[in-house]
Amino acid sequence: MTEVVKLGVAEDLRTVHRSLWGDVWRQFYKHKGALVGVIVFVLITLIVFLGPFVYDVDPNSIDFKSRNLTPSLDHPLGTDNIGHDTLAQMLAGGQVSLAVGFLAMLIALVLGTFIGVLAGFTKVLDGPLMRLTDLFLALPILPLLLVIILLFRDTLRNLYGPEAGIFMLIVFVIGITSWMNTARIVRGDVLGIKEREFVLAAHSIGVRRRKIIFRHILPNVLSPIMVSATLGIANAIITESALSFLGLGFPPDFPTWGRLLFDGTNFIQITPSRVIWPGLFIALTVLSVNYIGDGLRDALDPRMRGR
Amino acid sequence: MVRYILRRLLIAIPTLLVISFVIFAILDLAPNDPTGNLPMTVPPETREKIRLSLGLGEAMHVRYYKWLVQFFVNEPLNILEQSFGIVIGDSGNRLRVLSWATRSPVVDMIVERAPQTLWVVGLSYVFGILMAIPIGIIQAYRQYSWFDQVGTFVAMVGFSVPTFFTGVVAILVFSVQLQWLPMIYDTTLEVNSWGNFILQFKQMIMPVMVLALWQAAQLSRFMRASILDNLNLDYVRTARSKGRNERAVLLIHVLRNSLIPVITLIALGIPHIFGGAIITEQIFRVNGLGQLLIIAIEGADIPTVQTLTFLFAFLIVLFNLIADVLYGILDPRIRYD
Repeated sequence: MTEVVKLGVAEDLRTVHRSLWGDVWRQFYKHKGALVGVIVFVLITLIVFLGPFVYDVDPNSIDFKSRNLTPSLDHPLGTDNIGHDTLAQMLAGGQVSLAVGFLAMLIALVLGTFIGVLAGFTKVLDGPLMRLTDLFLALPILPLLLVIILLFRDTLRNLYGPEAGIFMLIVFVIGITSWMNTARIVRGDVLGIKEREFVLAAHSIGVRRRKIIFRHILPNVLSPIMVSATLGIANAIITESALSFLGLGFPPDFPTWGRLLFDGTNFIQITPSRVIWPGLFIALTVLSVNYIGDGLRDALDPRMRGR
Repeated sequence: MVRYILRRLLIAIPTLLVISFVIFAILDLAPNDPTGNLPMTVPPETREKIRLSLGLGEAMHVRYYKWLVQFFVNEPLNILEQSFGIVIGDSGNRLRVLSWATRSPVVDMIVERAPQTLWVVGLSYVFGILMAIPIGIIQAYRQYSWFDQVGTFVAMVGFSVPTFFTGVVAILVFSVQLQWLPMIYDTTLEVNSWGNFILQFKQMIMPVMVLALWQAAQLSRFMRASILDNLNLDYVRTARSKGRNERAVLLIHVLRNSLIPVITLIALGIPHIFGGAIITEQIFRVNGLGQLLIIAIEGADIPTVQTLTFLFAFLIVLFNLIADVLYGILDPRIRYD
């Protein structure tokens, strides 16, 4: 009798078995904004990186005869004041903007996770590292970024060439000035997780600390890291555009969305579309990424799941 | 309470010192030479003289010390003298940091430009708060209603779209297409008559509203979340069961408690809006502190850049302190951490 009941329960459990990531996906799928965000973001990425294969106009070719043109079949988005094709420039600029966003986020994420885990796991380093985080949070980021770029621009330009040098500089400075929130969240989570029984068990059977961190701690702090990754992309894209918009980002002949917007503002009365397109794409990218972050946060929060 | 404030102050002072040193060091260790932009025909001896006249002859720690002294001792004394018309000590020979570009004291340039920034930033912040609080309250009270849905979406858009795009679109619509508002901020305009006041009002609408909308988008999200946190608590049920009407429950009981975190967030946000003003001032050509910073950066005017960057850092630390103290005053539980 009892065995029959047990079997029944086990079977019931099996039929309702759901994996963690299945649950996360189900919750994420319910968040319509996040779903639309993913579609828009993937679409923008595909257009920007695959578009140049379909529309193979050189973004840097200058044609003085066709200046300030309105959209036509030859130039679907028109041309600028020295005859660059706006669509080709938008595609090339998008590649740079997205690459900056992605790489800067990666730097911030690795740095933030490293500092967060270190602070959470080692008592001695906790105080100093958190003071360092507070210190970075108290820095005026935008003025400081402008200053750093001004000061180190020429040196890097001489070392790695005008484009690669500035690209590395911008990715690097955005990365090292936006890791603080990740570090704080990761530290908080690590502090909670390292007191749990499974970590104690791992300790007591003699697992090395490094292995504990990689096998037991890191997978458990993955969800806040993923959320801050998406928000980090949005933040990096906005920062890069802001720097370019202030004229201190990439050089003029090197299109990014922010740079195109900055160059377009001087011709706003002649060709307003030069302002609209880059701005629209920055806004759409950031909006979609923010929605993805929102959806991920809900999906990865067990308290929200099943509602 | 006094101990709480003292403890916060003691944390703030070393933070400020370290930040000031970081800013000073970044600018000092940078590979760029201030005489690098001079023509090639200038002989090396003259270059050396120029460097000396710019105050670059001494060791770094000496210059850092002098810079600190002028920032924390000399300039406050100057401001005291100017505002009360008194003379304290040897005011004529007091060390002041001069701009390399204009040879005038940096602090005077900042004092000259601060009002424009304060007007634009201050007004936009006030408008932003005035918009965000009622919107947040209604959104939370009518959760999942159409107003809440629309509000959440608008806040998400307003928070994601950078001000340098909304500002440019505003110019495109209101200045280029409709021609209602001036495109460029007229910095020479003096308000001395009603007509000038109207002009001043018109040219401030766009910069103020662009910043205000961005602020409101962020703050309304916090306001909504904070009210939602409070709405289901026991004291709300108590207030209702005492027979207080909904208006009093919401606007007296819930609002007072949910404003506590929002007020600290407002205080924390003030220095960051100065950072945002750098961009807004650049879009609308307002001659404020942000524009001064950009001009100084483009002209490699290191003393001005140092002082302004440090001023921004000072504001961040100051308002962090204010937010901490405010939180302690408003929520007594915080004081005993």
